[in-house]
Amino acid sequence: MSIDAAQVGQIAHLARLAVDEQESEAHARNLSDILAFVDRLAEVDSKDVEPMAHPLEMTQRLRPDQVSEPNERERFQALAPSVSDGCYLVPRVIE
Amino acid sequence: MQWEAVIGLELHAQLATKTKIFSGAATAYGAEPNVQACAIDLGMPGVLPVLNERAVRYAVRLGLALDAEVAGRSVFARKNYFYPDLPKGYQISQYELPVVGQGHLDIDLEDGSIKRIGVTRAHLEEDAGKSLHEGFVGMSGIDLNRAGTPLLEIVSEPDLRSAREAVAYMKKMHALVRYLEICDGNMQEGSFRCDANVSVRPVGTEKFGTRTEIKNLNSFRFVDRAINYEIERQIEVLEAGGEIVQETRLFDSDRGETRPMRSKEEANDYRYFPDPDLLPLEIDSAFIDEVRAELPELPDVRRQRFVEQYGLSNYDAGVLTASRELADFFEIVAAQADAKLAANWVMGDFSAALNRTGVELNTSPISAQALGALVARITDNTISGKIAKEVFEVMWETGQEADAIIAERGLEQVTDAGAIEAVIDEVIAANPGQLEQYRAGKTKLMGFFVGQTMKASGGKANPQQVNEILKRKLDG
Amino acid sequence: MHDRTIAELSAALQKGDCSSVELVSATLKAIEDAEALNAFITVLPEQALEAAAKADQLRAKGQAGPLTGIPIAHKDIFCTHDVRTSCASRMLDNFAPPYDAFVVEQLQAAGTICVGKTNMDEFAMGSSNETSWYGPVRNPWDQTRVPGGSSGGSAAAVAARLVPAATGTDTGGSIRQPAALTGICGLKPTYGRISRYGMIAFASSLDQAGPMATTAEDLAMMLQAMAGFDSRDSTCVDQPVPNYQQALKPGALKGLRVGLPKEYFNAEGVAPGVQAAMEAAITTMREAGAELVEISLPNTELAVPVYYVIAPAEASSNLSRFDGVRYGYRCENPVDLEDLYKRSRGEGFGEEVKRRIMIGTYALSAGYFDAYYLKAQQVRRMIRDDFTRAFADVDVIAGPTAPSTAFSVGEKSDDPVQMYLSDIFTIAVNLAGLPALSIPAGLDNGLPVGLQLIGQYFDEGRLLAAAHDFQQHSDWHTRRPAMDR
Repeated sequence: MSIDAAQVGQIAHLARLAVDEQESEAHARNLSDILAFVDRLAEVDSKDVEPMAHPLEMTQRLRPDQVSEPNERERFQALAPSVSDGCYLVPRVIE
Repeated sequence: MQWEAVIGLELHAQLATKTKIFSGAATAYGAEPNVQACAIDLGMPGVLPVLNERAVRYAVRLGLALDAEVAGRSVFARKNYFYPDLPKGYQISQYELPVVGQGHLDIDLEDGSIKRIGVTRAHLEEDAGKSLHEGFVGMSGIDLNRAGTPLLEIVSEPDLRSAREAVAYMKKMHALVRYLEICDGNMQEGSFRCDANVSVRPVGTEKFGTRTEIKNLNSFRFVDRAINYEIERQIEVLEAGGEIVQETRLFDSDRGETRPMRSKEEANDYRYFPDPDLLPLEIDSAFIDEVRAELPELPDVRRQRFVEQYGLSNYDAGVLTASRELADFFEIVAAQADAKLAANWVMGDFSAALNRTGVELNTSPISAQALGALVARITDNTISGKIAKEVFEVMWETGQEADAIIAERGLEQVTDAGAIEAVIDEVIAANPGQLEQYRAGKTKLMGFFVGQTMKASGGKANPQQVNEILKRKLDG
Repeated sequence: MHDRTIAELSAALQKGDCSSVELVSATLKAIEDAEALNAFITVLPEQALEAAAKADQLRAKGQAGPLTGIPIAHKDIFCTHDVRTSCASRMLDNFAPPYDAFVVEQLQAAGTICVGKTNMDEFAMGSSNETSWYGPVRNPWDQTRVPGGSSGGSAAAVAARLVPAATGTDTGGSIRQPAALTGICGLKPTYGRISRYGMIAFASSLDQAGPMATTAEDLAMMLQAMAGFDSRDSTCVDQPVPNYQQALKPGALKGLRVGLPKEYFNAEGVAPGVQAAMEAAITTMREAGAELVEISLPNTELAVPVYYVIAPAEASSNLSRFDGVRYGYRCENPVDLEDLYKRSRGEGFGEEVKRRIMIGTYALSAGYFDAYYLKAQQVRRMIRDDFTRAFADVDVIAGPTAPSTAFSVGEKSDDPVQMYLSDIFTIAVNLAGLPALSIPAGLDNGLPVGLQLIGQYFDEGRLLAAAHDFQQHSDWHTRRPAMDR
């Protein structure tokens, strides 16, 4: 599988990464190399093998429904680039 | 051409847990922005989700109530997209293996028949936060209190054929989640919301038309209006030779129309994959049995019981079991008085008073006990139905008990035949002309004499006795 | 005191030969002197000295444990309360979390003193420590060479004897490969043995924290403190923590069935010097009584391609939270929301991180999911099954940790695939979730070679015992780089 600069643009958009034209070319080359390397998986016969999402054959543990987290808004928002009236600010959202 | 609508609903029920689905932060509604958003809800680096037991329990409750298969193994997946109200850049949801599989819900149609609506699945997921647009110049404010609130998304089959059916289905599901006490059903607060998938096709054809999705409908009325608008719009487009664009639309309630959502124009590629921070959820039969044991009587079962136990019509039983609170209320009233009379009062004067004043059942000034006591006084002939209405009004205004009002105001019905006879004698004596006409054959004047007698007794005379005695005296 | 192990320092503190304040002061001085290594992103002199004074007080009251007052360093991927936790990224250059990672809590509770946060590959993505926003780390054995990665700062700091031990994380070899390249010991425990809470995620189904130190015994002491159950991590295993030091029995190699995968020894690209060191290490083990069994792990060469689908896929999603809204880097004057996202992330992340996010995004996207992600998950199971079969016949599996010794700074940075291949022997272990460690086992042209031992799930005790016994029969672990002080 080979990737061109236009596809890099699409992927970068999905991943919300600003990538300029020059970078796109380099990324296209690198990503194509990596995909070519990864493509050897296509030759593996994995018919009937159950996909393995996790190394542990364990199941999800459940948490009791008890409030354990106090309000720490001030501490968290001290880390934020832009806040006002208790809200995180972003450029206007259009719905 | 004749068109037929094909509608499927995705209902989102916020589960009534104390804490978030994956964190120990509180879920209470109406808090100051971001005070109920902990590190996990904020998507801080390094913190991890742990699943809330009660959210799972509630999902299983719904599964059992819909007669659906509860999955022995279900998987949480990440739905990846960027949006400011989605702090992690992905929503934890269930994709390929939901916790609740195929089920169904029966709805009543206008013509009295019952239609079975298929439920495709119900899955657990986390809610997003909110973007606030007012009060920030050129900016939006993000409040993540709601982020991580547990949601159960209930997806119907495209079995609905009109806005009316869609609303009936949604109302039935709304009643059910409240019966099950898994969702408070508060639609203003967004606890129960609806996305509607709508398409139209020529009557008699099988193939579905292109559908649009109307997002975030938060009242039954909006669902009705939005779907009707959308059906009309699609028919107009198709009849003009146009094509329906598959898209997400929003309902503008002020203008009563749907319009495309600007922000989601681009085709989304959500890149679902199993969330590696969570393990498969396994639900064993012991857990299911435990949940089954705590299920309340379900609405359809209760309705049938009301018909059998109280001798109510199927329709009345349906009205009274439409919500768990109303059915509970009725049963308390009926325990003290004649059941049919109780039903008439609950559905009649009492419901009318709620509607008139906009009061919710749980904050009504008249408790079920108190209404039962009032109806009991009719059943035992202490007061007439007419007087009862007066007493009811006073109860509603003052919150006083029926017996206290009856005693204080001397409203007790007169059943002493001698006393009634004395009043009648006075009435007859005072109206010799009418008596003559009556005896000449104008028997319609009976009503006049009854009215005069009741008036003279201050409405307290037992109407049945008044009738009997009057007839005997006038005919004599 | 710079060459001393934790065990020795612990004894010296206990005897009163030195105080923790002295120890920490000397450590801080050594870190300062070795600035050229660029091993640390943040040094915490005041905090460390204050903690050392408290540790000395505890000791005076007779309340000291074996690790009380021992200076250590944390990889800058572990959240430290009110202390910058950068993950070596511009994205988090200004980030000081209001919470500690589980590993940080555990080691603090055990009495260790954190003297600083070590440099690493950005978001742990790299095998050479060249992707750090704070610049590359230098290998103390030869400063023109890389220390390996991603836990390169921790490795360099321990190798240069700046600290007796440090924490690391291992997603595809990030503890073991730098341990090998800098001549120290590093353990990646079983997936789930140590809570991931507060450890900034790279690939959640592969990431595991572990210790780095100069001896197997010190690894055991560190693991003892780090392991434990934590309800905040759903993937953490609720299993009792054995006594790892008691497990270090003399003669552990005697009768131990050691599997030698043919794919690890005749592999293309393994440097002759590494091969020679392995043969010598095998001889040492045999002489110590180990029973050597040739085994096969037929899917070995598929591990790297599988990893480079799964790890970037998980990473692409894990790193979506860095969006310039709630914390971390935010671009100047975003014109709209999309611009805020794209430039904050475009400017906040380095090239390798962006590359992996894009690979992962691609592998998960519509139309490619089955061919890449699902396929990789299937082959992942095949790789795990290889190990399951092998462990029917052997107790541990041995082989080289890395195919070569430390390479030069810049040598592989333009060729991602070549870089990825330096993890060929370590990656399969993460895919399977098994424990493994690397210990020094020779020198090739004056550069360290690492021996990897892979164990069964939760069999860290046996691995540590084997490594400890190996160190009773060899002195490679005592070799240290000649550094000017």
